[in-house]
Amino acid sequence: MGAHAQIRALKIPNADIYKNFLFVLPAVVIFLLFYIYPFFQLFYVSLHEWPGIGPMTFVGLQNFKDLAGDQIWWASIGHAGYITLIALTFQNALAFALALACDREIRMKRFYRVIFFIPPVLSEVVVGILWNWVLNAGQQNGQQIGLLNAFLVQAGLPNLVHGWLSDPKTALTCIAVVHAWKGFGWGFMLLLAGLQTIDRQLYEAARVDGASSWRMFWNVTVPMMFPVITVVMILTILGSMQVFVLILSLVNQGLVYHTEVPVTRILGAMSGTNQFGYACAQAVIFGAILLTVSFLVKKLSGFGKQA
Amino acid sequence: MTFRMKMLLPVICGLMLLAVSGCGSPVKPVDQIEVWHWMTDRHDVLEQLAKQYEQETGIKVKLELFAPSDAYTQKIIAAAQANVLPDIYGILDKKSIVAAFIKAGFVMDLTPAYQANNGAWEQSLFAKALETTRFAEGNASKVPPGFYGVPIDTSSIQMVYNKNLLKKAGIAKPPATFDEFILDIEALRRVGVTPFVSGFGEMWLLDCFASNYAFNIMGEQKVMQTLRGEVPYTDPDWIKVLTIFKTLRDKKAFIEGIVTKGNKYSEQDFALERAAFSFNGWWCVNVYKGMNPGLSYGVVPLPAMASPFPLKSWGGAGSWFVVNNTSRNKDKAVRFLQWLTAKEQQVFLSEKTLNLPANREAIRMIPPVLGDFAKAMDNMTHPTIWPVNEDPLVIEAFDKGLQAIIIGEKSPESVAQDVQAVKARQMAKAKK
Amino acid sequence: MNIFNSRYVLERVAKNTAVHIFLMAAAAACLLPLFWMIRSSLMSNATIFTDQALFPHEFNAGNYATAWVRGNFSVYFLNSVLYTVSVVAGIVMIASLAAFAFSRLRFPGRDVLFYMFVAAMMIPLPGSFVPLFVMMSKLHLTNSPLGYILCMINVGLPLSILLLKTFFDKMPQDLEDAARIDGCSRVQILWHVALPLARPAIAVIVMYNTLNVWNEFILANLLLNDKSLMPLQTGLMAFAGTHQVDYPVLMAGLTITAIPVVAVYVFMQKHIVKELWTGVLVG
Repeated sequence: MGAHAQIRALKIPNADIYKNFLFVLPAVVIFLLFYIYPFFQLFYVSLHEWPGIGPMTFVGLQNFKDLAGDQIWWASIGHAGYITLIALTFQNALAFALALACDREIRMKRFYRVIFFIPPVLSEVVVGILWNWVLNAGQQNGQQIGLLNAFLVQAGLPNLVHGWLSDPKTALTCIAVVHAWKGFGWGFMLLLAGLQTIDRQLYEAARVDGASSWRMFWNVTVPMMFPVITVVMILTILGSMQVFVLILSLVNQGLVYHTEVPVTRILGAMSGTNQFGYACAQAVIFGAILLTVSFLVKKLSGFGKQA
Repeated sequence: MTFRMKMLLPVICGLMLLAVSGCGSPVKPVDQIEVWHWMTDRHDVLEQLAKQYEQETGIKVKLELFAPSDAYTQKIIAAAQANVLPDIYGILDKKSIVAAFIKAGFVMDLTPAYQANNGAWEQSLFAKALETTRFAEGNASKVPPGFYGVPIDTSSIQMVYNKNLLKKAGIAKPPATFDEFILDIEALRRVGVTPFVSGFGEMWLLDCFASNYAFNIMGEQKVMQTLRGEVPYTDPDWIKVLTIFKTLRDKKAFIEGIVTKGNKYSEQDFALERAAFSFNGWWCVNVYKGMNPGLSYGVVPLPAMASPFPLKSWGGAGSWFVVNNTSRNKDKAVRFLQWLTAKEQQVFLSEKTLNLPANREAIRMIPPVLGDFAKAMDNMTHPTIWPVNEDPLVIEAFDKGLQAIIIGEKSPESVAQDVQAVKARQMAKAKK
Repeated sequence: MNIFNSRYVLERVAKNTAVHIFLMAAAAACLLPLFWMIRSSLMSNATIFTDQALFPHEFNAGNYATAWVRGNFSVYFLNSVLYTVSVVAGIVMIASLAAFAFSRLRFPGRDVLFYMFVAAMMIPLPGSFVPLFVMMSKLHLTNSPLGYILCMINVGLPLSILLLKTFFDKMPQDLEDAARIDGCSRVQILWHVALPLARPAIAVIVMYNTLNVWNEFILANLLLNDKSLMPLQTGLMAFAGTHQVDYPVLMAGLTITAIPVVAVYVFMQKHIVKELWTGVLVG
């Protein structure tokens, strides 16, 4: 496109530029109205000490300095990173595999397409209650209450019975798995939509060339899917880094500091300890981190496309 | 697609127009009091009372419910910023935040109303419940002394026990001392019954449990000295408080997974007889009734340690309203709240929703189990009536430390050091 | 030849079976909560915790009526439909115009603007509630459906633009050029060429935003005051109180609220399916 586009770009008359801009005008107006003002307010508050009501005290960059030395905060980013990593690998691999399966000529694929989207549709309330029951570690009259522990006993593996959500070693992984279960439907839907836009003739051509399914997957499907995969990855990162309702419903206010993520820290600083300034500083830093990561993903995937 | 879109478009535009035409807020009528509340369990009954009030006085009470309470708190703070608070609302936050609302001019001083007619209104309510809404002379927030709120119920947090499960373990009566409690825990474990459940995934319950024992072990004065920074958390008495959690852990008193358990799940466990003891608030009477009407249980104070000081439990006002000082209808609002806390209405509320009334006379007409919750009234205390309050960050460190002890990650001594470190840091910050 | 054929068939059958087992397992994991939700919604408060049978011994369909009446659903349901339809329609219109411009048209500051939209997605919302409310109240947009609708359009816009742009980027240049030579205006190219091609993406956006608006209650609680304006989720909150949870009625309410979203999805997923839209490419 490069040089060709540039030459054409030069030829656009001014009137066209205005008309072109009209296309984005509604979006820009809404954006300015609802994002810019709150964002600057957020930044403004982050430079103050403020309990949420009454006068603010200007403290300069003190909140950011405190944040830099706040180990719990940085650990919370690590936890969100861990949940995101599992979502990027396990959840997206599952979503991709299911999307590929449903892209084939296979019976009942319409049924599957609907079913895989049930977890995202379900309310967090149902998900929370259900998984609390599955992962319950309690016993009554010697019987396991939790579905998972009861299953392990039935399967002859009583040594594996475990306090899933109250052990620092397993709590975060359990949260990540439930999150992946709740979210894979989105990846499935997007990837399936992407797969459907691939020209079938490309597969036919590759088949005529004698390519195996595995080669076709790497040489046709993956390159064609790159933009969609990038979007899915960015969305997964955004969704997983900002997870918190699920955490509240599974471990309430948390297992010591082992299940803290940035959003629970921000909410805790706001309503728990009434440090609105500190909460806003956290939000600003967190936004910057997310932006950097997404930008890197976009750059890396662009790089991968050329390779 | 194109065809369908063409048909859809006018419909959509029409709908959007409809939405637009619905906007523009009408001027508030004078004969109407607007109340924003958060009590999902009492909404229907409050609506009935509002209707009755309108019939009696011709004044319409408009009730709006915002739940869950986190969302309610956000809404109140945002509405205060924009100066659009309703006539009557609640501040579900720390006393220091209530003070900020008062200083910003959003809360009416109700002292004159309470003291009118020789203090008739003041005397009709429980002093402990009223105390929650009071700012005393020389308070730390420098708010003019007075009563700033109206309690509509009384809170009490106690220990409940399952009579059948205790019998199964051969325990004749509920424990009166901590040593008896430990013996009971051992007896229960021997017959395969989980001894204790509570919603320790919610920090405030954990904090309340520890606070009760702190009063018991070192007395009120020393607790306050700690809050002022005169006694460190590494004091042997505080180590004793923390060690209670270690003892209970070592004796396997806790239900598996207690550290992350929400109180709703803890109530479910107790109602389904999965644990013999629970630490819970007065509202549980209603909850247990809903889940298992046949549950046979009793209420006792937490078993105290041998000590010269009494064990105090948290209690006072459960839910309380304030009147918006900027409202044109504030006098009407006060009259409505006076009516709401009168005996007849309090009995009605208590009967329908099984809450402890705030009115003294109404308490004689409540179910016996609820009455047991009310019995502990003399030994009640609450952070809202203390002269000093702990820094929220220290409370967080303390409660998270308790969790760490329960899962066996840290010793009471190392938690004490962690908490004291945070305390020292916050003290230094406050001095600056 | 025969041997080769049967081996080929055998391989295919084995492969298909493996794929089916995989799909079935995933489907079971998704269906379990649905089954459990509906099962719970048919029980009573007394039996929900004690009746462990797969199918409850007594059915209590009255929970649905209770949920509908006590949750004030007849008002909330219509509100939710109105909000969802308006927001989704608004987003699809505004986002497709913007994404088309970002992908296909040229104007100064285009890329900067686009990155600002993407950046907007990253800022966590919880921190900006109070300023948002203050601003809305200055604009007299609190306690008004329009204010809430605009807010929700704003919430869904960045992601929808990003998604649509990705699909518009894939549109072959030849198609656009051909349309241009035929004398199509920009709007006509968007309407007749780009949008039909991006149909799966539109379906995804509709789905995503429907779900978002339908399940939203935090902003609604913040921006709206009157019961008569509240969406469905507010009604549900009445069953999940601070202390008291009426599980069967809550589950019945949740089932009622889930039905329309599933219906929208069933309708929308047809558009993700290839048969429908390859026709567009050819025709």
